[in-house]
Amino acid sequence: MTQPLVTINDVDMRYGGADGLLAVEGLTLDIAKGEFAAVVGPSGCGKSTLMKLVTGLYIPQAGQVTVAGERVTKPVSIVGMAFQNPTMLPWRTTLDNILLPLEVVDRHRKRLRKHKVEYVAKAEKLLETVGLKGFGEKFPWQLSGGMQQRANLCRALIHEPDLLMLDEPFGALDSFTREELWCVIRDLHAAQGVTIVLVTHDLREAVFLADRIFVMSARPGRITKERTVPFARPRELELLYQADFNDVVHELRGNIADARKAA
Amino acid sequence: MTTSNINWIKLAPWLYTAGLFIVWELVVRAFAIPQFILPAPTRILEAIIQFWPAIWKNSLQTLYTTTVGFILAVVFGLGLGIAIGWSRFIYAGLYPLMIGFNAIPKVAVVPILVIWFGIGTIPAVLTAFLIAFFPIVVNVATGLATIEPEMEDVLRALGAKKMDIMLKVGIPRSMPYFFGSLKIAITLAFVGSVIAETVAANSGLGHMMLAAQSQFNVPLVWAGLIMLAVEGIAMYAVMAWLEMRMTGWAHRSQLAQA
Ligand SMILES: Nc1ncnc2c1ncn2[C@@H]1O[C@H](COP(=O)(O)OP(=O)(O)OP(=O)(O)O)[C@@H](O)[C@H]1O
Ligand SMILES: [Mg+2]
Repeated sequence: MTQPLVTINDVDMRYGGADGLLAVEGLTLDIAKGEFAAVVGPSGCGKSTLMKLVTGLYIPQAGQVTVAGERVTKPVSIVGMAFQNPTMLPWRTTLDNILLPLEVVDRHRKRLRKHKVEYVAKAEKLLETVGLKGFGEKFPWQLSGGMQQRANLCRALIHEPDLLMLDEPFGALDSFTREELWCVIRDLHAAQGVTIVLVTHDLREAVFLADRIFVMSARPGRITKERTVPFARPRELELLYQADFNDVVHELRGNIADARKAA
Repeated sequence: MTTSNINWIKLAPWLYTAGLFIVWELVVRAFAIPQFILPAPTRILEAIIQFWPAIWKNSLQTLYTTTVGFILAVVFGLGLGIAIGWSRFIYAGLYPLMIGFNAIPKVAVVPILVIWFGIGTIPAVLTAFLIAFFPIVVNVATGLATIEPEMEDVLRALGAKKMDIMLKVGIPRSMPYFFGSLKIAITLAFVGSVIAETVAANSGLGHMMLAAQSQFNVPLVWAGLIMLAVEGIAMYAVMAWLEMRMTGWAHRSQLAQA
């Protein structure tokens, strides 16, 4: 057994001081390197909080979060993040938006000016991977919602993170675009060996993409159930219409209903 | 694309302005309104031509005080706006003070400025500055305060310092607010400098109008008013053009969202 990439050990997170709102309590889970994990649970149960704990945006009051063998006490730059809202900067072209993380991450910002060509080539390759070839010079507001979300994925990946955190990235998209982007993510995961944590409301999305699914209870959030997804990779969209796929989805739906009732 | 290819919308401002002056002229003539109540536009034009050297000199003076006051307001307003948007501590401390300060009618400050600096250019410049900087501060601070939390999270998670977030996101983001506020600020600066000139100066359009009034030269008073309007519109137009030039992306992206 190699050491997991992410460990969360008995973590409590309270917003707004000592008697503030307890968002997660006794949260424990670990994620192996290269794994694709999904987190599902009732709304407001602390899924986004979990994301922010792992990326070091929040430091828990109790327990430890460890990423790549190091206790998290400040933001960890080996992480890439993408949210439901793509938040592209409207005054930058799509390409410049994607390059933004490089202007921030320490190990790249010093090299950026000298090696600009190399980085631009990399960004263009990423754009091609997500099906946006040739759209780099367009401004974000010239792209559709789905295209912006693709660009958002490129931005999360440009600095070659070891860990990709996705917080409901496809929530606002139509089902065709969503399925298309599932395949994009699936292929990225297969090709780059990046570890991915996906928060989602869509159980089919979780089952289709993940190796392991964590079900959280209502606030204060804990992991109530951990489900390994047995389907072999590479998975095709066909899988969505198979009986054993739907069985797993149903089982999870039951778990979440229980988690809600327990609250 | 036939013969009547006239852009009425573009022409409208000119047509309406011409209409206003024509109606004005007709009303004055029809009711034989005495000149010391309301001079006709033609009479005002005569006055403008007759007193042109004085009007020109005083217009330049007003333009000068307004511009200097405005530039000061931009420098301080931008600086203070960034400081307030930067730090919650500075915001909490300064905001009530600024609200209080802004509530004071600026004409009430002029006597104090006169005590400090005497009658002349400086009180007019400072009044323009004092009245114009508030909207700039508020707009810049608003732009900075409304950064999307997700954007901030994405950058902070990458190890961005507050400075990075300000430079990459906050300041560019507040530019449309800033340039938008310049239109308001230049108009206010103009109001400020004319107020001060009327109360405490020996040149400028405000002073000229006051002098004309004391000599019952009513057409010259009105000529001064017209010049103020022309100058005001010109400065506003410059700022509107600048806004369009500098932050076109904001308008286009709003258009795209609409
Ligand atoms: N910055 C904050 N300050 C105070 N309370 C917060 C903050 N962020 C989240 N919370 C609270 O913590 C709890 C968990 O929030 P979180 O955003 O992690 O939920 P979530 O599982 O992501 O919900 P959703 O599925 O709706 O996105 C919620 O009850 C929320 O009200
Ligand atoms: Mg959430």
